[in-house]
Amino acid sequence: MFVELGHFALILALFVAIVMAVLPTVGAARGNLRWMAVARPAGRMLFALVALSFAALTWAFATNDFSLVYVANNSNSDLPLQYRITAVWGAHEGSMLLWMMVFSAWTLAVTIFSKQLPEAFVARVLGVMGMISTGFLLFILLTSNPFIRQFPVPANGADLNPLLQDPGMISHPPMLYMGYVGFSVAFGFAIAALLGGRLDVVWARWSRPWTIAAWSFLTIGITLGSYWSYYELGWGGWWFWDPVENASFMPWLVGTALIHSLSATEKRGVFKNWTVLLSICAFALSLLGTFLVRSGVLTSVHAFANDPARGVFILIFLGVVIGGSLMLYAWRAPGLAPSNRYDLVSRETFLLINSVLLTVAMTAVLLGTVYPLVVEALGMDKLSVGPPYFNAVFIPLMVPVALAVGIGALCRWRSDDWRRLWRQLRFAFIGSIVLGVALVAMLAHSDYFMTALGVSLAIWIVSGTVVAVRERLRHRGGLWRGLKSLPSGFLGMSLAHIGFAVTIVGVTITSQFSVEQHKRMGPGESTTFAGYTFHMDRLHDITGPNYTGTEAVVSVTDKDGDAVTTLRTQKRKYNVRDTTTTEAGIHAGVFRDLYASLGAPLGNGDWSIRLYYRPFVRWIWFGALFMMLGGIMAARDKRYRVRARETAAMEEGQTGQAARP
Amino acid sequence: MNPKRKKLLLIVVFIVVGMGTATGLALKAFKENLLYFFSPTQVANGEAPVGTQFRIGGLVKKGSVKHDPNSLRVSFVLTDTAHDVKVNYNGILPDLFREGQGIVANGRLGRNGQFVASEVLAKHDANYMPPEVADALKKAGVKHDYGRYRMK
Repeated sequence: MFVELGHFALILALFVAIVMAVLPTVGAARGNLRWMAVARPAGRMLFALVALSFAALTWAFATNDFSLVYVANNSNSDLPLQYRITAVWGAHEGSMLLWMMVFSAWTLAVTIFSKQLPEAFVARVLGVMGMISTGFLLFILLTSNPFIRQFPVPANGADLNPLLQDPGMISHPPMLYMGYVGFSVAFGFAIAALLGGRLDVVWARWSRPWTIAAWSFLTIGITLGSYWSYYELGWGGWWFWDPVENASFMPWLVGTALIHSLSATEKRGVFKNWTVLLSICAFALSLLGTFLVRSGVLTSVHAFANDPARGVFILIFLGVVIGGSLMLYAWRAPGLAPSNRYDLVSRETFLLINSVLLTVAMTAVLLGTVYPLVVEALGMDKLSVGPPYFNAVFIPLMVPVALAVGIGALCRWRSDDWRRLWRQLRFAFIGSIVLGVALVAMLAHSDYFMTALGVSLAIWIVSGTVVAVRERLRHRGGLWRGLKSLPSGFLGMSLAHIGFAVTIVGVTITSQFSVEQHKRMGPGESTTFAGYTFHMDRLHDITGPNYTGTEAVVSVTDKDGDAVTTLRTQKRKYNVRDTTTTEAGIHAGVFRDLYASLGAPLGNGDWSIRLYYRPFVRWIWFGALFMMLGGIMAARDKRYRVRARETAAMEEGQTGQAARP
Repeated sequence: MNPKRKKLLLIVVFIVVGMGTATGLALKAFKENLLYFFSPTQVANGEAPVGTQFRIGGLVKKGSVKHDPNSLRVSFVLTDTAHDVKVNYNGILPDLFREGQGIVANGRLGRNGQFVASEVLAKHDANYMPPEVADALKKAGVKHDYGRYRMK
């Protein structure tokens, strides 16, 4: 019964979404306050209904209700409870419901944290969110309904994909969706500003914390995905330029450009059109990502759907959202207020360089991801674009970005002087080159140039950031008191930039200095590389709740013969799906990971095994963690809490504008 | 030229040069890294290039997988049921590799007509058939039983 209630709640949510899309938007256009007032209660109602529906599906999984097709296809009574609950979003239908759940949570947040905003503006933002909800709810109900019953009821379910039976799976999709969907708020703000005809500094200030929060979630979502593929897929790789990864990376790149462009719009009133375009673009790419991943045009662990109706629906939806918002942009944007002036050497310029380069990088990734699909859709060749393409294009584009980051934080708004910048940064500049080259020289290696470049750039960013912080602290007393007195937006930015540097170090060193061996080994055999000896102690059988398998115990000793660790790696065979997976054995360290993953039995008691030495690999994820924390700090900056006076002025303008026919 | 124009011009120059460089880089890298796909039938008909990297896909022929007893060397026959191609590989096969399963291999065709793979890919789900392979089979006239193809 509870399941039917959930299904019913979802249908009801669709009607609420339609009301939310129509009434407040029309009300804002006509200046009808009573219609506008519908927006907030409708948003809260939407959340309550979708949450109820989500709870019903979770309940069905928890109680093994295999009369639901979706539950029967993705769960099993032997599956441990925590994985039965995460199995809710283990496949297409449920993950769409999760998308909607997250979306309605953001809607709820907008209804709560928008008290200081003008009614007309909130009505328009929620109206846009209502339109998007309508589209997605229709999509779920028409093509991907998780509440469909079947008869006869199967005795047991087909189990969850074993690769997804993992703690990383619990948090990766919700975080990623928080990011994807969070950009819908920035999108809603931009559309509302276009509709209201007022794109100004206040708008940018409202939009900033929401956009930065969404970006932080997306950052951690991508990081969790990267970490998950590192330990779960058993190849020790952390990024493959797989189309599905690219689908989440493209909104991130544009989102990064957006938060920087927004800061210039808020502080200086420049790049307004560009910022609006980026807001539209970030959300459009989030939708494109959903389309690419969910429509089945891409084939990977994420591609659940093979139903063309779904792909067509999302494609039409995408066309309406992107086409509609770009048309609105073309119609309204040219009439917006003129931009303020700024000099060539100014923070504005560096922010512009940064956001243009990030957008170019996104375009390059988009080309490599979509081109094979287009070619194939046209019935020409079947082809794919390999990772070397992405590396060859992406890495050179990140070099000037990193250079600009080091200067940008220090550079003054509006107008600065090259000589002043050089005086401030000369030690950082020369120091980072010398230090980078020297550090790498100590660890001589074949691809010397790339390593020295990466490490130098990272040191450059850190030292540039330190110089900028010191400059700010100069007149603020002691270090600690000074740091506390700085705005959290500035501190968050500095932390995120240092995180970027940490990630650069991780990527560079892992790519250049990793050592790996693929070996055929039996018990008692050993191999030595990168200063470690890996000894296969024994192999034995294991039995889990819903799998059987083999575990290899590999002990590792260092040069002096001292024990470092014992790695346990498993090959599991999941009973229900008859699927094999690998559990890697990892000894994690700040400066290096040791990694073993069992291959396949080769006869005579021998197994194939992959052994990796991965220096600094964790820095990639630590850096991303810093970026996320920096984002959260920045989003909490008090300056974004809009002052009442500004709002009052805005309100007058908005309703005045709206009242006119 | 007034300062505003000058600034605008500089920005436009910057964007054009930046975009141009990036496009040049991208297209060069793009051309070098496009991997085409060929089916065993196309290879047998001599349509696939010798010595250039490409991808091949098909079913692993039953009973064709041979492991070298002392190393990781392995050979198997890929088929679209119309034609066969022998594949040599030195490395660890993916978890989902098994006889009768559709796989995709990445590598080069030798003069002897055998394919030397640098990478072997089997997709993540056991029931899953790579679309290229499904298509190659269809072209070769096989009615494959997709039974559980639409698994979720």
